[in-house]
Parts: sequence; C-alpha cells; structure tokens
Amino acid sequence: MAVRGTIGGIDSPEALEKALRAAYYLADEGIATAAYLALALGKPLLLEGAPGVGKTEAAKAIAAILGRRLIRLQCYEGIDASAALYEWNYPRQMLAIRQAGDETIDIYGETFLIERPMLAALRAPDSTVLLIDEIDRSDQEFEAFLLEFLSDFQISIPERGTIRAAERPVVVLTSNRTRDLHEALRRRCVYHWIDYPTAEREARIIMIRASSVAEATARAVVAAVGKLRREPLSKAPGVAEAVDWAEAATLLNKGGARWPDAFKRSIGVALKDEEDLAFIAGRLDALIAEAAA
Amino acid sequence: MSEAPQLPRAARAFVSFVALLRANGFAIAPEQTTAFLQAIQLLGPRSPSDIRQAGLATLAPPPERRAAYDMLFRIHFLGGEGVPGAEGEDEEVVRLQEEGRGDEEPPLADDANVSGEMAVRAEALAERRFGPSGPSDALRRLAREAPTRLPRRRGHRRMRARRGPWADLRRTLRESVRNDGEVMRLGRLKRRPRPRKMLLLIDVSGSMKARSEDNLRLAHTLVQATPNVEVFTFGTRLTRVTRALRLKHREQALAAAAHLVSDWDGGTRIGEALQAFLAVPRFGGYARGAVVLILSDGLERGDLSALRDAVAKLSRRAWRLSWLTPLAVGSSFVPQTEALIAIRRFVDDMVDGGSSAAVVAHVISLRQRRAA
Repeated sequence: MAVRGTIGGIDSPEALEKALRAAYYLADEGIATAAYLALALGKPLLLEGAPGVGKTEAAKAIAAILGRRLIRLQCYEGIDASAALYEWNYPRQMLAIRQAGDETIDIYGETFLIERPMLAALRAPDSTVLLIDEIDRSDQEFEAFLLEFLSDFQISIPERGTIRAAERPVVVLTSNRTRDLHEALRRRCVYHWIDYPTAEREARIIMIRASSVAEATARAVVAAVGKLRREPLSKAPGVAEAVDWAEAATLLNKGGARWPDAFKRSIGVALKDEEDLAFIAGRLDALIAEAAA
Repeated sequence: MSEAPQLPRAARAFVSFVALLRANGFAIAPEQTTAFLQAIQLLGPRSPSDIRQAGLATLAPPPERRAAYDMLFRIHFLGGEGVPGAEGEDEEVVRLQEEGRGDEEPPLADDANVSGEMAVRAEALAERRFGPSGPSDALRRLAREAPTRLPRRRGHRRMRARRGPWADLRRTLRESVRNDGEVMRLGRLKRRPRPRKMLLLIDVSGSMKARSEDNLRLAHTLVQATPNVEVFTFGTRLTRVTRALRLKHREQALAAAAHLVSDWDGGTRIGEALQAFLAVPRFGGYARGAVVLILSDGLERGDLSALRDAVAKLSRRAWRLSWLTPLAVGSSFVPQTEALIAIRRFVDDMVDGGSSAAVVAHVISLRQRRAA
C-alpha cells in the first residue's frame, strides 16, 4: 500500500487543521488526525455522527483545500450500480443498432456509457473527491458492492472489462448511524466519530458561518442548544441548526424584536419536531433566559 | 526473502495493544493493525495522544465502546489504574431515573460490555445464566417460516416481472440485439418485496421472570432468521441486545445478552422505559414503519400517563404494535389491569404471550392480520 505522507502540501494533522480553518471549517484534533491519516494512507475516510454535526461539510472542506472537484453520491434505499457507477444509454444503443444497417458497430463504446459518480471519481482520481453521503440509508446489497470498490478501487463493467484507478482516489463516507454498518466496511476505512463540538468551538463556528451574528448572540445560542441537546428530544439541534438559530434571531432583532423574544420566536429553526416543541414549550422561557445570561 | 521479517522492537507495544483490545471483545482485522502501525509512524509519534488518535482512527472502536478503549489505552501505555466506567456513557444502555432507593443506587452501567477480568463490577445487579436447552418446536417453526411468512413491505429495488410499472431496458436491449435490433417483447420491472423491520421490547422484570428467558431465545431465533430485527430489554434499564444476539451460536449469544442485561428480575417502570427508548433518536428510528412487539405483562409501577404517552407515540410510528402479555389467555381477553386498559386503544393487538408457541403463532399471523 502506498503511504504518501504528504498530499497537496499537507504533511501533518496540524497543517491540515490550519488549511481546513482557512476553508472555514474548524476541525478538532480527532478529525484532523483521522482525515490526515486517510489522505496519507490512501484509505477512505468514514465519518459517523448525529445529524447536523458537520460530516458533509468536512468532505466539502477537504475537497476545497485539495483544490479538487467534489463528486457527491447521495445514498438512498435501493440505490444500485446503475445509479452509483455507470449505466448504458439504452435508447441511444437501440437507435444505433437500427441505423447501422449492415455495418457492424460497437454498442458498448464510450459514447453509450453514462458515467455515474463512482466511475467519474475512478477515472479522475487526482482531481476529485468522492463523497458517499449517508451510507446508512442504502441497503446491505449496496454496502457489499461498495466494499469491493473501496478495497481495490477498481470496477468491472462486463462489456468493457476492468477499470482501475491510476492512483487511490480520495473518498469520504458519512453515516448518521441509523443502522449498524457492516464491520468489513468499517475495517476498510479510517474511522472518525464526530461528536457535537465544545461550546467554545461551536461559538466560533457560528461566527465564521454567519458573519452578521454578534459574539454574545453566538454564545447564548450555544448555551441554549447545549441545554436542548441534554433533553430527551427526538431530534436534537445540530450545529447547522445552531447557526440558523443565531442568524434568525439576529435578523428578528434587527427587525425590532427584543432579545429574549427574538430567540423564542425563532426557535422553529432549531427544533423542527412538533412533539419536541410541545415538550419543551413550558420551560423554553427559563431555558433561554438562563442561556442569555 | 530467506526468512520472515522480524517485528521491530518498538512496534511490539503497539501490536500487543491490539491483542489486548481483541481480548476485550474488540473485533480488529490484521489490515487494521497494519494501518495502525503506519499511522503511528506517520504521526511521529510525538505524544501518547498521537497514538490514541491513530488507534481511534484505524482500529475504529465503535463509539459506544470508546470509554472501554480509553481505559485499555491508559492501562497499556500509561500504566494507569483500570477504573471501569470512570468516564463516558454507554450508548447501548440507558438507565431510567431511580426513585426512593437511597444509597442503594447502582453505579452507571457504562462498562456493561467490557468483558473478562476488566469488568470487576461493584454493582450488585443480578446476572443470569441460562442452562442449555435445545430449540423447542415453536422456535423451530419460527426459524422455518420466518423467511417466507413474516410481514413484508415493497422495497425500492426492482426485479424482473411479467407485469410492472417500469420497462426493463437492459434486458430488452440484450434480447433485441439477437434480433437485429428488433424489439419483440418489452421486459418489465416491479418493486422487490423486502422483509419489514421488526422491533422487540422484552420485559425482564421480576413479574416476567418465568417468560424472559424464553422470550430472549425467541428473539435470538428471529434475529438469526431475518434481517432488520432490533431487540431491547427493559426493567430498570433499557439495554440494546441486538448485537449480542447476532452471534450465531445460541448459547453463546444468550450468554452475551445475559451479560449485557444487568437488571434481571428487578422492578419495572414500563412507561419510563419506553420513553427512554423513544428519546434516543437512533433507537426511536427503529420503530418507524416496523412490526413492534412488546413482550410484557403491563404491570406498571410507575406513572400511567407516561406509559400512555409513550405507547401512543410508539403506535404512531409503528406499522403494527402488538402487546403480548402472559395475562391474556384465550381469544376473548379483556384487560383488567389499569395499565392495560389505559393503553388498549393504542395497541393493534393485545394477545397471549404466555408461551413461545403463542408468541410464534402471533408473529407468523401478522401478515394476514394486517391484510384483513
């Protein structure tokens, strides 16, 4: 296995962390180390965590700092090779057969091949980052299919033979952990569990992402969101929700709403489940007052 | 090469750390060990923290066992004292609020799946050992009929069919090539059926003592027979035992599950247990569109309104909610206890759960019941 050590001028987790910060992604030590190891060892990076902790953002930031195009494959139940890898352009093939008459044509030529995300990444491994998003939404058949791809970075198209990547492509997988992934898949990858960021880091993320938000607002939102995450809610607010909440409250405040009220009126962007809202409604005032203090 | 390369002296400590992890139930493949060593070399390592991070990234301990990983790391590299469960919560075990038990409160169950001598536990919670027993006729029937007779749903994958909403272009093209591009017959595709998700919630409190062992055996058979089954036990805690039951060997699986569950034959507050289940988003998702089976007598000691709310919520998420209680014997069962009366209208079936045969018969009948 090729150990690269340096990729795109990045030779340590610290260098990667710095580059990510320049791309507006605040990484902690754990994710910077895991991402660096994945790049250096030429292994896929598997990011797991609750929804809204910034898994997809991490992949985007990695593509940005490497100066590569991000190819995103959103997984869903029933996704198969024809959606992920390649597909033949059947109508075109059929027309070609009819038009050919007595001449012989190759209906499995390049012109009839429709490239899907995984094939695209395989063909241009030095200029792309492949993001396989929410792998836990796909079914086990697709996971097994992915295993083969991730171990050898090659695929076989029965009509054309095997296509192998010239170098190991950069692959990032994300999972919300709605089901357990296959052990073999975890083994192939460099793994990182993304937790909610610390209060300090989250406040900085909010201010980087939403430049209109004042520091005091960001801190108040982080404190409130931290409390909400400790409640038994069916959907706890993620980092994205915290950013939205801070932005929405700032907007309302500029429109004339007073402070605690601006937070309260914009709670809908942080909590999106009716039952969760009902559950917290009675204590919301106290919770916000405490957080804003 | 004339002889096998020797492992460098410096690498031995790392390889033996992997062995220690394996001895404590972490599944680590040889290729992960290789990656671990490469990672350490890449990082320097400049500090113990580098080694820890390299291990987390390459050996990939599951997040709910990270506390155990950290403990073993400290013992191995830092010579620290092993204090099981000094930090972190085990995600697979949710403890319910204890009331009025004073100083007898057991410590946090975050070490529940650290095995071997590491798991010296102070808590005086019951541990159950199961005697070996062959599969009963009921379980044999379940294993045999599960693949074909359990509830299904339409999946999102497509399969060939005589009739269906989509044209099978791939097959049609291949056939047409044989006829000089003439399409003689259009192939069709339809959605392939899939087994429906199942969720078993097993009451292991004192009043269910006579049934809990059999129920767990039944859960093991079901987990082995069909994919997408999740199993939880509840009493004073809520414990996910699915992973243990995935072990093929029945007695090993049951022993592993029995080891995880530490609240055998205690009290129970069903409402709170179900609420705790729903409050973990990852767990609550297992109930969505699923066949939900609650194996409990419904003898509630806690708050009735909590039970009612939780069952109502569960019922909205489930495809079909069945409550199997040993108290319900015969088809004309009318619930007598306050708890069962309170939840009656949210439950699709309230039927006999007094024997494995009855439970199996109900599970097998679910597909017809829904259709009816």
